[in-house]
Amino acid sequence: MMKNENIIQYIYGIADNALILGQRLSELCGHGPILEVDIAMTNMALDLLGQTRSYYQYAAQLSGEEKTEDDVAFLRLEKQYRNVLLVEQPNKHFGYIITRQFFYDVFHLLLLEELQNSKDETLSAIAKKGIKEVSYHQRFSSDWIKRLGDGTAESHNKIQEAVDDLWQYTDELFHMTEDDAIALENGVGVDTATLKEKYNNRIKEVLEEASLVVPETKWFQKGGKQGIHSEHMGYLLADLQYMQRTYPNMKW
Amino acid sequence: MTIELERHIDPALIPILEEVHDPEIPVLSIMDMGVVRSARILENVVQVTITPTYSGCPAMDVLGEDIINAFAKENIEAKVSLVLSPAWTTDWITPRGRKALEKYGIAAPLDEEADKEALLGGKKIVKCPQCGSTNTKMISQFGSTACKALFQCNDCLEPFDYFKCLK
Repeated sequence: MMKNENIIQYIYGIADNALILGQRLSELCGHGPILEVDIAMTNMALDLLGQTRSYYQYAAQLSGEEKTEDDVAFLRLEKQYRNVLLVEQPNKHFGYIITRQFFYDVFHLLLLEELQNSKDETLSAIAKKGIKEVSYHQRFSSDWIKRLGDGTAESHNKIQEAVDDLWQYTDELFHMTEDDAIALENGVGVDTATLKEKYNNRIKEVLEEASLVVPETKWFQKGGKQGIHSEHMGYLLADLQYMQRTYPNMKW
Repeated sequence: MTIELERHIDPALIPILEEVHDPEIPVLSIMDMGVVRSARILENVVQVTITPTYSGCPAMDVLGEDIINAFAKENIEAKVSLVLSPAWTTDWITPRGRKALEKYGIAAPLDEEADKEALLGGKKIVKCPQCGSTNTKMISQFGSTACKALFQCNDCLEPFDYFKCLK
């Protein structure tokens, strides 16, 4: 039997990724390398934050308490966020931003394509809506991987450096938590472990076209899904939560 | 799709709903945009459901308030709720809405093929709303709002917004 608390945790496992990546992309507003990219980053942030709102509204409603989406987004502690380590990695340089995006987009699309078949009607509806947006994101980030990989020697080296550094965070995407397993058993959740092969193939295909190499790492980082985050997360949350913490219950 | 959409809308409410416009594309009424999913009167309260164009479309909160205000002007109480399924598609923009977009200087959505061709520098299909030439190119996949991409006409050189195809 699936309790509401299991569904809520399952939702956080998906939605927190969208929130944190959306926050990282929002940081680029006014800082993109060129105007078109700046607009693209903030547009993608908007899509992700829009999806986050739909998930959090649903989670708040399931909690049965008088919670709102804002409570969920702004008033949890670091250990209560279920996002993977990948999405909280900082905007080190443009190569990192694009690689992080690409690594997440490919997973995100595979996830939503499965989640649309969920028995849970709300999650299925959010997924169907999200697929249209995320396929656009994936197209954007894949294109940039190819442009940078196939560009100048400097762009090639920088994007390969980002690929080498961020690849260690990708395996966590496929780890199933207890709540994931319960959601799967009940026809609500997705078996993320089965997405790994498709994911690796898709990544390899784009990287090879971009004349980049998939790193041969044996060691992968994990912990985000259990609430054990990297050092970057605290700074990100300080920024994200500042207004709600300083002016409790404030509204726009 | 359009037929099914209108089936849920009480015809008496349409004139008021048509007065509400997208805050970011003021020439387009919410009826022409196809975001109104249902509108009916239940126990003297108008119940309207709308669907977002994009998940994060910031116009949605404003639209909800505008709908309530439009009915309030007629002394009618209205409630607005958001539905996500079925997901909005650009096919729901009415022929009148498409004309209004073109006149306003935004190229109306064509099909996925047109978007893809533009992106890959293939066939030129998207028509410049200024001079009518199809000799156009995509400048940016993302535009001034989530629903648009940025194009430029190679003939008259004017940049213009293209309403991205969403199916």
